[in-house]
Amino acid sequence: MALLDVKGLTIKFGGLTAVSEVDMEIGDNNLVGLIGPNGAGKTTLFNMLTGVYVPTSGKIEFSGERIDGTKTYDITSKKIARTFQNIRLFKDMTVLENVMTSLNYQSKTNLLDCILHTPKQIKEEREMEEKALNFLKIMKLDGKANELAKNLPYGEQRRLEIARALAAEPKLLLLDEPAAGMNPQETAELTEMIRWIKEEFKISVLLIEHDMKLVMNVCEYIYVLSFGEIIAKGEPESIQKNPKVIEAYLGKGA
Amino acid sequence: MTTVDKTSPKTSISKIYMKYIINLIGVAAVYGIVIFLVQRGIIDSYNLRILKSAGIFMIAAFGLNLILGFTGQLTMGHAAFMSIGAYFSAVMTQNFNAPFAISLLVGIIAAGIIAGLIGYPILRLRGDYLAICTLGFGEIIKVVIQNIDYVGGARGMTSIPVKSSFMIIFFCAAACFALLRNLINTTKGRAIKAIREDEIAAEAMGINPTRYKMTAFILGSAMAGLAGGLYAHFNTFIDPVTFNYSKSFDMITYVVLGGMGSLSGTVVGTLLLVILPESLRALAEYRMLIYAVLLVGLMIFRPSGILGTKEITVKGIINLFKKLGGKGKTTANNGKVGE
Repeated sequence: MALLDVKGLTIKFGGLTAVSEVDMEIGDNNLVGLIGPNGAGKTTLFNMLTGVYVPTSGKIEFSGERIDGTKTYDITSKKIARTFQNIRLFKDMTVLENVMTSLNYQSKTNLLDCILHTPKQIKEEREMEEKALNFLKIMKLDGKANELAKNLPYGEQRRLEIARALAAEPKLLLLDEPAAGMNPQETAELTEMIRWIKEEFKISVLLIEHDMKLVMNVCEYIYVLSFGEIIAKGEPESIQKNPKVIEAYLGKGA
Repeated sequence: MTTVDKTSPKTSISKIYMKYIINLIGVAAVYGIVIFLVQRGIIDSYNLRILKSAGIFMIAAFGLNLILGFTGQLTMGHAAFMSIGAYFSAVMTQNFNAPFAISLLVGIIAAGIIAGLIGYPILRLRGDYLAICTLGFGEIIKVVIQNIDYVGGARGMTSIPVKSSFMIIFFCAAACFALLRNLINTTKGRAIKAIREDEIAAEAMGINPTRYKMTAFILGSAMAGLAGGLYAHFNTFIDPVTFNYSKSFDMITYVVLGGMGSLSGTVVGTLLLVILPESLRALAEYRMLIYAVLLVGLMIFRPSGILGTKEITVKGIINLFKKLGGKGKTTANNGKVGE
Protein backbone atom coordinates (compact mmCIF):
# COMPACT_ATOMS: atom_id res chain seq x y z
CA MET A 1 0.00 0.00 0.00
CA ALA A 2 1.25 3.39 -0.94
CA LEU A 3 1.89 6.06 1.67
CA LEU A 4 0.06 8.68 -0.35
CA ASP A 5 -2.61 7.66 -2.79
CA VAL A 6 -4.29 10.37 -4.82
CA LYS A 7 -7.11 9.47 -7.19
CA GLY A 8 -8.96 11.67 -9.66
CA LEU A 9 -8.14 14.84 -7.78
CA THR A 10 -9.85 17.86 -9.31
CA ILE A 11 -10.34 21.41 -8.15
CA LYS A 12 -12.30 24.13 -9.89
CA PHE A 13 -12.17 27.83 -9.08
CA GLY A 14 -15.34 29.14 -10.68
CA GLY A 15 -15.05 28.14 -14.31
CA LEU A 16 -11.34 27.44 -14.15
CA THR A 17 -10.17 23.89 -13.60
CA ALA A 18 -6.83 24.39 -11.90
CA VAL A 19 -6.08 20.73 -11.34
CA SER A 20 -7.90 18.01 -13.16
CA GLU A 21 -8.08 14.26 -12.58
CA VAL A 22 -4.67 13.89 -11.02
CA ASP A 23 -3.61 10.42 -9.96
CA MET A 24 -0.48 10.13 -7.89
CA GLU A 25 1.13 7.52 -5.75
CA ILE A 26 4.03 7.91 -3.37
CA GLY A 27 5.47 4.91 -1.58
CA ASP A 28 7.35 4.73 1.70
CA ASN A 29 10.73 6.41 1.72
CA ASN A 30 10.41 7.71 -1.84
CA LEU A 31 11.79 10.88 -3.30
CA VAL A 32 9.32 12.14 -5.84
CA GLY A 33 9.52 15.25 -7.97
CA LEU A 34 6.66 17.34 -9.27
CA ILE A 35 7.60 19.59 -12.15
CA GLY A 36 5.80 21.63 -14.73
CA PRO A 37 5.72 25.11 -16.28
CA ASN A 38 4.57 28.11 -14.27
CA GLY A 39 0.86 28.07 -13.53
CA ALA A 40 0.55 24.34 -14.10
CA GLY A 41 -1.14 23.84 -10.73
CA LYS A 42 1.74 22.40 -8.71
CA THR A 43 1.25 24.60 -5.67
CA THR A 44 -2.51 24.17 -5.92
CA LEU A 45 -1.96 20.44 -5.71
CA PHE A 46 0.22 21.01 -2.63
CA ASN A 47 -2.48 23.13 -1.10
CA MET A 48 -5.00 20.33 -1.54
CA LEU A 49 -2.66 17.82 0.02
CA THR A 50 -2.25 20.08 3.04
CA GLY A 51 -5.92 20.95 3.44
CA VAL A 52 -5.68 24.60 2.39
CA TYR A 53 -8.09 23.90 -0.49
CA VAL A 54 -10.83 21.31 -0.43
CA PRO A 55 -10.83 19.40 -3.74
CA THR A 56 -13.97 19.59 -5.90
CA SER A 57 -13.78 15.87 -6.52
CA GLY A 58 -11.43 12.96 -6.10
CA LYS A 59 -9.83 11.57 -3.00
CA ILE A 60 -6.56 11.73 -1.10
CA GLU A 61 -5.55 8.80 1.05
CA PHE A 62 -2.62 8.98 3.40
CA SER A 63 -1.49 5.85 5.26
CA GLY A 64 -4.81 4.29 4.35
CA GLU A 65 -6.83 7.19 5.76
CA ARG A 66 -8.82 9.71 3.74
CA ILE A 67 -7.50 13.18 4.41
CA ASP A 68 -9.17 15.36 1.79
CA GLY A 69 -11.21 18.01 3.55
CA THR A 70 -9.19 17.71 6.77
CA LYS A 71 -8.28 21.07 8.27
CA THR A 72 -4.75 22.28 7.60
CA TYR A 73 -3.77 22.23 11.27
CA ASP A 74 -4.94 18.63 11.65
CA ILE A 75 -2.88 17.52 8.65
CA THR A 76 0.28 18.03 10.72
CA SER A 77 -0.77 15.41 13.25
CA LYS A 78 -1.43 13.06 10.32
CA LYS A 79 2.30 13.44 9.64
CA ILE A 80 2.47 15.65 6.58
CA ALA A 81 4.55 18.83 6.72
CA ARG A 82 5.39 21.41 4.11
CA THR A 83 7.52 24.39 3.24
CA PHE A 84 6.39 27.39 1.25
CA GLN A 85 7.37 28.74 -2.14
CA ASN A 86 7.67 32.26 -0.77
CA ILE A 87 9.37 31.87 2.59
CA ARG A 88 6.90 32.08 5.45
CA LEU A 89 8.95 32.09 8.62
CA PHE A 90 7.88 33.56 11.94
CA LYS A 91 10.14 36.54 11.34
CA ASP A 92 10.17 38.16 14.75
CA MET A 93 10.73 34.93 16.62
CA THR A 94 14.10 33.31 17.15
CA VAL A 95 15.35 30.48 14.98
CA LEU A 96 14.88 28.07 17.87
CA GLU A 97 11.35 29.29 18.55
CA ASN A 98 10.48 28.82 14.89
CA VAL A 99 11.39 25.17 15.06
CA MET A 100 9.80 24.63 18.47
CA THR A 101 6.52 25.96 17.13
CA SER A 102 5.97 22.90 14.99
CA LEU A 103 6.35 20.68 18.06
CA ASN A 104 3.31 22.35 19.57
CA TYR A 105 0.84 19.80 18.26
CA GLN A 106 2.51 17.10 20.35
CA SER A 107 2.29 19.13 23.54
CA LYS A 108 0.54 17.49 26.45
CA THR A 109 0.42 20.53 28.70
CA ASN A 110 -2.72 22.57 29.21
CA LEU A 111 -3.09 26.31 29.63
CA LEU A 112 -2.76 26.14 33.40
CA ASP A 113 0.52 24.22 33.15
CA CYS A 114 1.78 26.93 30.86
CA ILE A 115 0.72 29.83 33.06
CA LEU A 116 2.11 28.29 36.25
CA HIS A 117 5.21 26.69 34.69
CA THR A 118 4.55 23.41 36.44
CA PRO A 119 7.36 20.83 36.56
CA LYS A 120 5.51 18.93 33.83
CA GLN A 121 5.62 21.98 31.60
CA ILE A 122 9.28 22.68 32.37
CA LYS A 123 10.17 19.12 31.53
CA GLU A 124 8.23 19.21 28.28
CA GLU A 125 9.76 22.56 27.38
CA ARG A 126 13.23 21.16 27.87
CA GLU A 127 12.49 18.09 25.77
CA MET A 128 11.10 20.30 23.00
CA GLU A 129 14.15 22.51 23.13
CA GLU A 130 16.50 19.57 22.85
CA LYS A 131 14.54 18.14 19.95
CA ALA A 132 14.45 21.49 18.18
CA LEU A 133 18.18 22.05 18.67
CA ASN A 134 18.75 18.66 17.16
CA PHE A 135 16.85 19.61 14.03
CA LEU A 136 18.77 22.86 13.85
CA LYS A 137 22.01 20.92 14.06
CA ILE A 138 20.90 18.76 11.15
CA MET A 139 20.24 21.83 9.04
CA LYS A 140 23.52 23.39 10.27
CA LEU A 141 21.72 26.25 11.97
CA ASP A 142 22.51 25.46 15.60
CA GLY A 143 24.96 28.34 15.81
CA LYS A 144 22.15 30.76 15.14
CA ALA A 145 19.52 29.36 17.49
CA ASN A 146 18.93 32.65 19.27
CA GLU A 147 18.92 34.94 16.29
CA LEU A 148 15.71 36.34 14.92
CA ALA A 149 14.58 34.48 11.83
CA LYS A 150 14.36 37.68 9.80
CA ASN A 151 18.07 38.36 10.31
CA LEU A 152 19.20 35.16 8.61
CA PRO A 153 20.55 35.27 5.06
CA TYR A 154 18.25 33.92 2.38
CA GLY A 155 19.75 30.45 2.03
CA GLU A 156 19.60 29.90 5.77
CA GLN A 157 15.98 31.04 5.88
CA ARG A 158 15.23 28.34 3.33
CA ARG A 159 17.03 25.78 5.45
CA LEU A 160 15.20 26.96 8.55
CA GLU A 161 11.89 26.39 6.79
CA ILE A 162 12.95 22.81 6.11
CA ALA A 163 14.09 22.39 9.73
CA ARG A 164 10.74 23.68 10.95
CA ALA A 165 8.84 21.28 8.70
CA LEU A 166 11.08 18.37 9.73
CA ALA A 167 10.49 19.12 13.39
CA ALA A 168 6.83 18.27 12.91
CA GLU A 169 8.15 14.72 12.38
CA PRO A 170 6.35 14.03 9.12
CA LYS A 171 6.19 10.83 7.12
CA LEU A 172 5.75 12.91 4.00
CA LEU A 173 7.61 16.15 3.52
CA LEU A 174 6.35 18.56 0.87
CA LEU A 175 8.99 20.97 -0.38
CA ASP A 176 7.75 23.85 -2.51
CA GLU A 177 10.68 25.13 -4.58
CA PRO A 178 13.32 24.80 -1.87
CA ALA A 179 16.12 25.91 -4.19
CA ALA A 180 14.42 29.06 -5.48
CA GLY A 181 16.85 31.95 -5.30
CA MET A 182 19.80 29.85 -4.19
CA ASN A 183 23.16 30.01 -5.91
CA PRO A 184 24.61 26.83 -7.52
CA GLN A 185 26.78 26.13 -4.48
CA GLU A 186 23.83 26.38 -2.09
CA THR A 187 21.70 24.28 -4.43
CA ALA A 188 24.32 21.55 -4.49
CA GLU A 189 24.40 21.52 -0.70
CA LEU A 190 20.62 21.41 -0.59
CA THR A 191 20.55 18.47 -2.99
CA GLU A 192 22.80 16.51 -0.67
CA MET A 193 20.74 17.55 2.31
CA ILE A 194 17.44 16.43 0.81
CA ARG A 195 18.89 13.07 -0.08
CA TRP A 196 20.38 12.71 3.38
CA ILE A 197 17.12 13.67 5.10
CA LYS A 198 15.25 11.05 3.17
CA GLU A 199 17.73 8.35 4.17
CA GLU A 200 18.17 9.49 7.76
CA PHE A 201 14.53 9.93 8.70
CA LYS A 202 13.16 7.25 6.39
CA ILE A 203 10.53 9.67 5.11
CA SER A 204 9.10 10.36 1.70
CA VAL A 205 9.67 13.68 0.03
CA LEU A 206 7.55 15.34 -2.62
CA LEU A 207 9.47 18.12 -4.28
CA ILE A 208 8.31 20.96 -6.49
CA GLU A 209 11.29 22.48 -8.21
CA HIS A 210 12.24 24.37 -11.32
CA ASP A 211 15.93 23.59 -11.02
CA MET A 212 16.06 20.62 -13.40
CA LYS A 213 19.55 19.66 -12.35
CA LEU A 214 18.39 19.25 -8.76
CA VAL A 215 15.25 17.36 -9.74
CA MET A 216 16.97 14.97 -12.13
CA ASN A 217 19.75 14.44 -9.64
CA VAL A 218 17.76 13.66 -6.59
CA CYS A 219 14.33 12.34 -7.57
CA GLU A 220 13.57 8.67 -8.05
CA TYR A 221 10.29 9.32 -9.78
CA ILE A 222 8.87 12.38 -11.45
CA TYR A 223 5.39 13.63 -12.23
CA VAL A 224 5.00 16.34 -14.84
CA LEU A 225 2.04 18.66 -14.53
CA SER A 226 0.89 20.96 -17.31
CA PHE A 227 -2.32 22.96 -17.36
CA GLY A 228 -3.58 21.01 -14.39
CA GLU A 229 -3.06 17.57 -15.86
CA ILE A 230 -0.38 14.95 -15.41
CA ILE A 231 1.18 14.70 -18.85
CA ALA A 232 3.98 12.34 -17.96
CA LYS A 233 5.37 10.29 -15.12
CA GLY A 234 8.36 8.05 -14.74
CA GLU A 235 12.05 7.82 -13.92
CA PRO A 236 14.15 10.92 -14.55
CA GLU A 237 15.77 9.41 -17.67
CA SER A 238 12.47 8.68 -19.36
CA ILE A 239 11.08 12.10 -18.43
CA GLN A 240 14.04 13.82 -20.04
CA LYS A 241 13.31 12.04 -23.32
CA ASN A 242 9.54 12.34 -23.16
CA PRO A 243 8.36 14.40 -26.19
CA LYS A 244 5.29 15.71 -24.31
CA VAL A 245 7.45 17.12 -21.56
CA ILE A 246 9.81 18.75 -24.03
CA GLU A 247 6.80 20.25 -25.78
CA ALA A 248 5.32 21.59 -22.54
CA TYR A 249 8.58 23.25 -21.60
CA LEU A 250 9.91 24.39 -24.95
CA GLY A 251 6.86 24.52 -27.18
CA LYS A 252 6.14 22.58 -30.37
CA GLY A 253 8.89 21.91 -32.89
CA ALA A 254 11.70 22.45 -30.43
CA MET B 1 28.81 38.95 17.43
CA THR B 2 29.16 35.37 18.51
CA THR B 3 26.03 33.84 19.85
CA VAL B 4 26.39 32.05 23.13
CA ASP B 5 23.77 29.45 23.83
CA LYS B 6 22.06 31.10 26.77
CA THR B 7 19.04 28.85 26.73
CA SER B 8 20.97 25.75 27.55
CA PRO B 9 18.57 22.83 27.92
CA LYS B 10 20.33 21.83 31.08
CA THR B 11 19.03 24.64 33.29
CA SER B 12 17.81 22.83 36.35
CA ILE B 13 14.32 23.26 37.73
CA SER B 14 15.65 24.70 40.96
CA LYS B 15 17.45 27.36 38.94
CA ILE B 16 14.20 28.27 37.20
CA TYR B 17 12.38 28.61 40.51
CA MET B 18 15.35 30.60 41.82
CA LYS B 19 14.69 33.04 39.00
CA TYR B 20 11.09 33.35 40.11
CA ILE B 21 12.12 34.10 43.65
CA ILE B 22 14.47 36.82 42.43
CA ASN B 23 11.65 38.32 40.37
CA LEU B 24 9.33 38.13 43.37
CA ILE B 25 11.86 40.00 45.49
CA GLY B 26 12.15 42.58 42.72
CA VAL B 27 8.37 43.12 42.72
CA ALA B 28 8.26 43.36 46.51
CA ALA B 29 11.10 45.88 46.41
CA VAL B 30 9.25 48.12 43.96
CA TYR B 31 6.18 47.95 46.18
CA GLY B 32 8.28 48.75 49.24
CA ILE B 33 9.82 51.79 47.55
CA VAL B 34 6.42 53.20 46.59
CA ILE B 35 5.01 52.64 50.08
CA PHE B 36 8.12 54.25 51.60
CA LEU B 37 7.66 57.30 49.36
CA VAL B 38 4.02 57.51 50.34
CA GLN B 39 4.84 57.37 54.04
CA ARG B 40 7.52 60.01 53.65
CA GLY B 41 4.93 62.18 51.95
CA ILE B 42 6.90 62.40 48.71
CA ILE B 43 3.93 60.84 46.96
CA ASP B 44 0.84 62.65 48.23
CA SER B 45 -2.67 61.28 48.11
CA TYR B 46 -3.33 63.00 44.78
CA ASN B 47 -0.33 61.39 43.16
CA LEU B 48 -1.14 58.06 44.76
CA ARG B 49 -4.54 58.26 43.13
CA ILE B 50 -2.92 58.77 39.74
CA LEU B 51 -0.66 55.81 40.40
CA LYS B 52 -3.64 53.68 41.32
CA SER B 53 -5.47 54.64 38.18
CA ALA B 54 -2.33 53.91 36.15
CA GLY B 55 -2.18 50.48 37.79
CA ILE B 56 -5.76 49.71 36.89
CA PHE B 57 -5.34 50.69 33.27
CA MET B 58 -2.07 48.79 33.17
CA ILE B 59 -3.93 45.58 33.99
CA ALA B 60 -6.36 46.17 31.15
CA ALA B 61 -3.49 47.14 28.87
CA PHE B 62 -1.70 43.86 29.67
CA GLY B 63 -4.78 42.04 28.45
CA LEU B 64 -4.88 44.21 25.37
CA ASN B 65 -1.20 43.54 24.70
CA LEU B 66 -1.90 39.82 24.72
CA ILE B 67 -4.60 40.28 22.07
CA LEU B 68 -3.02 43.07 20.05
CA GLY B 69 0.71 42.71 20.61
CA PHE B 70 1.18 38.97 20.93
CA THR B 71 -1.68 37.54 18.91
CA GLY B 72 -1.80 40.42 16.44
CA GLN B 73 -5.57 40.88 16.50
CA LEU B 74 -6.64 44.51 16.33
CA THR B 75 -9.48 44.92 18.80
CA MET B 76 -11.03 48.32 19.46
CA GLY B 77 -13.60 47.37 22.04
CA HIS B 78 -11.35 46.56 24.94
CA ALA B 79 -12.97 49.13 27.24
CA ALA B 80 -16.29 47.32 26.82
CA PHE B 81 -14.88 44.36 28.72
CA MET B 82 -13.75 46.73 31.44
CA SER B 83 -17.30 47.98 31.54
CA ILE B 84 -18.67 44.46 31.86
CA GLY B 85 -16.26 43.66 34.67
CA ALA B 86 -17.00 46.94 36.42
CA TYR B 87 -20.77 46.55 36.32
CA PHE B 88 -20.84 42.90 37.32
CA SER B 89 -18.52 43.40 40.27
CA ALA B 90 -20.24 46.61 41.37
CA VAL B 91 -23.62 44.88 41.33
CA MET B 92 -22.18 41.99 43.32
CA THR B 93 -20.86 44.37 45.96
CA GLN B 94 -23.86 46.69 46.16
CA ASN B 95 -26.80 44.36 45.67
CA PHE B 96 -25.48 41.09 47.02
CA ASN B 97 -23.01 42.30 49.64
CA ALA B 98 -20.41 39.97 48.20
CA PRO B 99 -16.83 40.15 49.50
CA PHE B 100 -14.48 42.15 47.27
CA ALA B 101 -12.62 39.08 45.99
CA ILE B 102 -15.86 37.41 44.91
CA SER B 103 -17.05 40.60 43.20
CA LEU B 104 -13.81 40.84 41.27
CA LEU B 105 -13.99 37.18 40.34
CA VAL B 106 -17.55 37.55 39.03
CA GLY B 107 -16.39 40.53 36.95
CA ILE B 108 -13.49 38.54 35.53
CA ILE B 109 -15.62 35.52 34.70
CA ALA B 110 -18.40 37.61 33.16
CA ALA B 111 -15.94 39.45 30.92
CA GLY B 112 -14.32 36.15 29.97
CA ILE B 113 -17.60 34.44 29.11
CA ILE B 114 -18.87 37.35 27.05
CA ALA B 115 -15.49 37.51 25.29
CA GLY B 116 -15.89 33.83 24.46
CA LEU B 117 -19.39 34.32 23.09
CA ILE B 118 -18.47 37.31 20.98
CA GLY B 119 -15.03 36.03 20.04
CA TYR B 120 -16.18 32.79 18.50
CA PRO B 121 -17.93 34.38 15.51
CA ILE B 122 -15.80 37.52 15.09
CA LEU B 123 -12.27 36.16 15.50
CA ARG B 124 -12.60 34.60 12.06
CA LEU B 125 -12.40 38.12 10.69
CA ARG B 126 -9.04 39.66 9.95
CA GLY B 127 -7.46 43.07 10.29
CA ASP B 128 -9.75 46.04 9.80
CA TYR B 129 -12.89 43.88 9.72
CA LEU B 130 -12.17 42.65 13.22
CA ALA B 131 -11.41 46.21 14.32
CA ILE B 132 -14.75 47.53 13.05
CA CYS B 133 -16.60 44.62 14.59
CA THR B 134 -15.07 45.06 18.03
CA LEU B 135 -15.61 48.81 17.83
CA GLY B 136 -19.29 48.16 17.16
CA PHE B 137 -19.42 45.63 19.97
CA GLY B 138 -18.10 48.24 22.40
CA GLU B 139 -20.83 50.66 21.41
CA ILE B 140 -23.50 47.95 21.70
CA ILE B 141 -22.41 47.16 25.24
CA LYS B 142 -22.62 50.85 26.09
CA VAL B 143 -26.13 51.18 24.71
CA VAL B 144 -27.29 47.96 26.36
CA ILE B 145 -26.10 49.14 29.77
CA GLN B 146 -27.72 52.53 29.21
CA ASN B 147 -31.03 50.72 28.89
CA ILE B 148 -30.78 48.45 31.90
CA ASP B 149 -32.54 50.22 34.76
CA TYR B 150 -31.31 47.67 37.27
CA VAL B 151 -27.82 49.15 37.04
CA GLY B 152 -28.99 52.73 36.82
CA GLY B 153 -29.15 53.06 33.03
CA ALA B 154 -27.49 56.19 31.71
CA ARG B 155 -27.22 57.62 35.24
CA GLY B 156 -24.68 54.98 36.11
CA MET B 157 -23.97 53.46 39.50
CA THR B 158 -23.00 55.68 42.39
CA SER B 159 -21.56 55.25 45.87
CA ILE B 160 -19.78 51.99 45.22
CA PRO B 161 -17.64 51.37 48.31
CA VAL B 162 -13.92 52.06 47.95
CA LYS B 163 -12.12 48.76 48.19
CA SER B 164 -9.31 48.93 45.64
CA SER B 165 -6.30 49.73 47.79
CA PHE B 166 -2.93 50.42 46.23
CA MET B 167 -1.71 47.08 47.52
CA ILE B 168 -4.49 45.14 45.80
CA ILE B 169 -4.05 46.99 42.51
CA PHE B 170 -0.28 46.62 42.61
CA PHE B 171 -0.33 42.90 43.25
CA CYS B 172 -3.11 42.29 40.72
CA ALA B 173 -0.96 44.05 38.12
CA ALA B 174 2.11 42.07 39.14
CA ALA B 175 0.14 38.82 38.98
CA CYS B 176 -1.19 39.63 35.50
CA PHE B 177 2.31 40.52 34.37
CA ALA B 178 3.70 37.25 35.71
CA LEU B 179 0.87 35.24 34.23
CA LEU B 180 1.41 36.65 30.75
CA ARG B 181 5.18 36.51 30.97
CA ASN B 182 4.95 32.84 31.87
CA LEU B 183 2.43 32.07 29.18
CA ILE B 184 4.39 33.77 26.43
CA ASN B 185 7.49 31.66 27.02
CA THR B 186 5.73 28.34 26.65
CA THR B 187 4.55 26.29 23.71
CA LYS B 188 1.13 27.94 23.86
CA GLY B 189 2.73 31.37 23.89
CA ARG B 190 4.81 30.47 20.87
CA ALA B 191 1.69 29.28 19.08
CA ILE B 192 0.06 32.62 19.84
CA LYS B 193 3.06 34.56 18.54
CA ALA B 194 3.26 32.35 15.45
CA ILE B 195 -0.30 33.37 14.57
CA ARG B 196 0.74 37.01 14.76
CA GLU B 197 3.76 36.38 12.56
CA ASP B 198 2.11 34.34 9.84
CA GLU B 199 -1.25 32.74 10.26
CA ILE B 200 -0.99 30.55 7.17
CA ALA B 201 2.39 29.15 8.17
CA ALA B 202 1.22 28.63 11.75
CA GLU B 203 -1.75 26.65 10.51
CA ALA B 204 0.50 24.54 8.31
CA MET B 205 2.62 23.74 11.39
CA GLY B 206 -0.35 22.26 13.22
CA ILE B 207 -1.61 25.29 15.12
CA ASN B 208 -5.34 25.83 15.22
CA PRO B 209 -5.54 29.61 14.86
CA THR B 210 -9.13 30.02 16.01
CA ARG B 211 -8.44 28.13 19.21
CA TYR B 212 -5.41 30.19 20.18
CA LYS B 213 -7.01 33.45 19.16
CA MET B 214 -9.94 32.55 21.41
CA THR B 215 -7.62 31.70 24.29
CA ALA B 216 -5.84 35.02 23.97
CA PHE B 217 -9.04 36.98 23.50
CA ILE B 218 -10.74 35.44 26.53
CA LEU B 219 -7.68 35.81 28.76
CA GLY B 220 -7.09 39.38 27.64
CA SER B 221 -10.71 40.37 28.09
CA ALA B 222 -10.85 38.72 31.50
CA MET B 223 -7.96 40.97 32.53
CA ALA B 224 -9.96 43.94 31.31
CA GLY B 225 -12.80 42.60 33.48
CA LEU B 226 -10.50 42.56 36.49
CA ALA B 227 -9.40 46.11 35.72
CA GLY B 228 -13.05 47.16 35.43
CA GLY B 229 -13.88 45.65 38.81
CA LEU B 230 -10.95 47.44 40.41
CA TYR B 231 -11.93 50.69 38.70
CA ALA B 232 -15.50 50.51 40.01
CA HIS B 233 -14.24 50.11 43.58
CA PHE B 234 -11.68 52.84 43.08
CA ASN B 235 -13.71 55.57 41.45
CA THR B 236 -16.95 54.76 43.36
CA PHE B 237 -18.90 55.94 40.34
CA ILE B 238 -19.30 54.27 36.97
CA ASP B 239 -21.55 55.04 34.05
CA PRO B 240 -21.72 53.59 30.53
CA VAL B 241 -19.80 56.52 29.03
CA THR B 242 -16.81 55.92 31.33
CA PHE B 243 -15.88 53.01 29.12
CA ASN B 244 -16.56 54.29 25.63
CA TYR B 245 -14.37 53.89 22.58
CA SER B 246 -11.98 56.67 23.53
CA LYS B 247 -10.91 54.57 26.53
CA SER B 248 -10.26 51.68 24.15
CA PHE B 249 -8.13 53.95 21.99
CA ASP B 250 -6.26 55.22 25.06
CA MET B 251 -5.33 51.67 25.92
CA ILE B 252 -4.27 50.91 22.36
CA THR B 253 -1.99 53.95 22.64
CA TYR B 254 -0.45 52.64 25.88
CA VAL B 255 0.29 49.29 24.27
CA VAL B 256 1.56 50.61 20.95
CA LEU B 257 3.69 53.31 22.53
CA GLY B 258 5.27 50.93 25.01
CA GLY B 259 5.91 48.38 22.31
CA MET B 260 3.55 45.73 21.05
CA GLY B 261 4.68 42.37 22.33
CA SER B 262 6.60 43.78 25.29
CA LEU B 263 4.99 43.53 28.72
CA SER B 264 7.46 45.87 30.37
CA GLY B 265 6.77 48.17 27.45
CA THR B 266 3.13 48.25 28.50
CA VAL B 267 4.22 49.17 32.03
CA VAL B 268 6.36 52.02 30.72
CA GLY B 269 3.75 53.14 28.19
CA THR B 270 0.89 53.19 30.67
CA LEU B 271 2.83 54.96 33.41
CA LEU B 272 4.09 57.55 30.95
CA LEU B 273 0.76 58.26 29.32
CA VAL B 274 -1.24 58.37 32.54
CA ILE B 275 1.27 60.44 34.48
CA LEU B 276 2.40 62.75 31.66
CA PRO B 277 -0.93 64.52 31.05
CA GLU B 278 -1.28 65.00 34.79
CA SER B 279 2.20 66.40 35.27
CA LEU B 280 1.65 68.83 32.40
CA ARG B 281 -1.41 70.24 34.12
CA ALA B 282 0.43 73.44 34.94
CA LEU B 283 0.60 74.23 31.24
CA ALA B 284 -3.18 74.42 31.10
CA GLU B 285 -4.50 74.27 27.55
CA TYR B 286 -1.10 73.62 25.99
CA ARG B 287 -1.06 70.30 27.80
CA MET B 288 -2.73 68.21 25.13
CA LEU B 289 -0.64 69.90 22.46
CA ILE B 290 2.60 68.84 24.09
CA TYR B 291 1.17 65.40 24.73
CA ALA B 292 0.31 65.06 21.04
CA VAL B 293 3.71 66.31 19.91
CA LEU B 294 5.45 63.81 22.17
CA LEU B 295 3.30 61.00 20.78
CA VAL B 296 3.98 61.95 17.18
CA GLY B 297 7.67 62.30 17.92
CA LEU B 298 7.87 58.89 19.51
CA MET B 299 6.05 57.28 16.64
CA ILE B 300 8.44 58.86 14.16
CA PHE B 301 11.64 58.01 16.00
CA ARG B 302 10.59 54.70 17.51
CA PRO B 303 7.79 53.27 15.36
CA SER B 304 7.97 49.92 17.14
CA GLY B 305 7.29 51.54 20.51
CA ILE B 306 9.63 52.51 23.31
CA LEU B 307 10.80 48.97 24.01
CA GLY B 308 9.87 47.22 20.76
CA THR B 309 9.43 43.57 21.65
CA LYS B 310 12.20 43.60 24.25
CA GLU B 311 11.67 43.11 27.95
CA ILE B 312 13.27 44.68 30.97
CA THR B 313 14.46 41.88 33.23
CA VAL B 314 16.39 41.68 36.46
CA LYS B 315 19.11 39.83 34.59
CA GLY B 316 19.14 42.48 31.87
CA ILE B 317 19.53 45.26 34.42
CA ILE B 318 22.36 43.42 36.16
CA ASN B 319 24.06 42.88 32.80
CA LEU B 320 23.64 46.55 31.99
CA PHE B 321 25.26 47.57 35.28
CA LYS B 322 28.08 45.11 34.69
CA LYS B 323 28.63 46.60 31.29
CA LEU B 324 28.58 50.14 32.63
CA GLY B 325 30.98 49.17 35.41
CA GLY B 326 33.21 47.45 32.90
CA LYS B 327 33.44 44.47 35.23
CA GLY B 328 31.38 42.05 33.18
CA LYS B 329 33.57 39.86 30.98
CA THR B 330 31.36 38.88 28.08
CA THR B 331 27.64 39.02 28.44
CA ALA B 332 25.79 36.86 26.02
CA ASN B 333 23.44 39.54 24.78
CA ASN B 334 24.95 42.85 25.63
CA GLY B 335 23.33 44.43 22.63
CA LYS B 336 19.97 44.69 24.30
CA VAL B 337 18.34 45.04 27.64
CA GLY B 338 16.83 41.83 28.89
CA GLU B 339 16.33 38.61 27.03
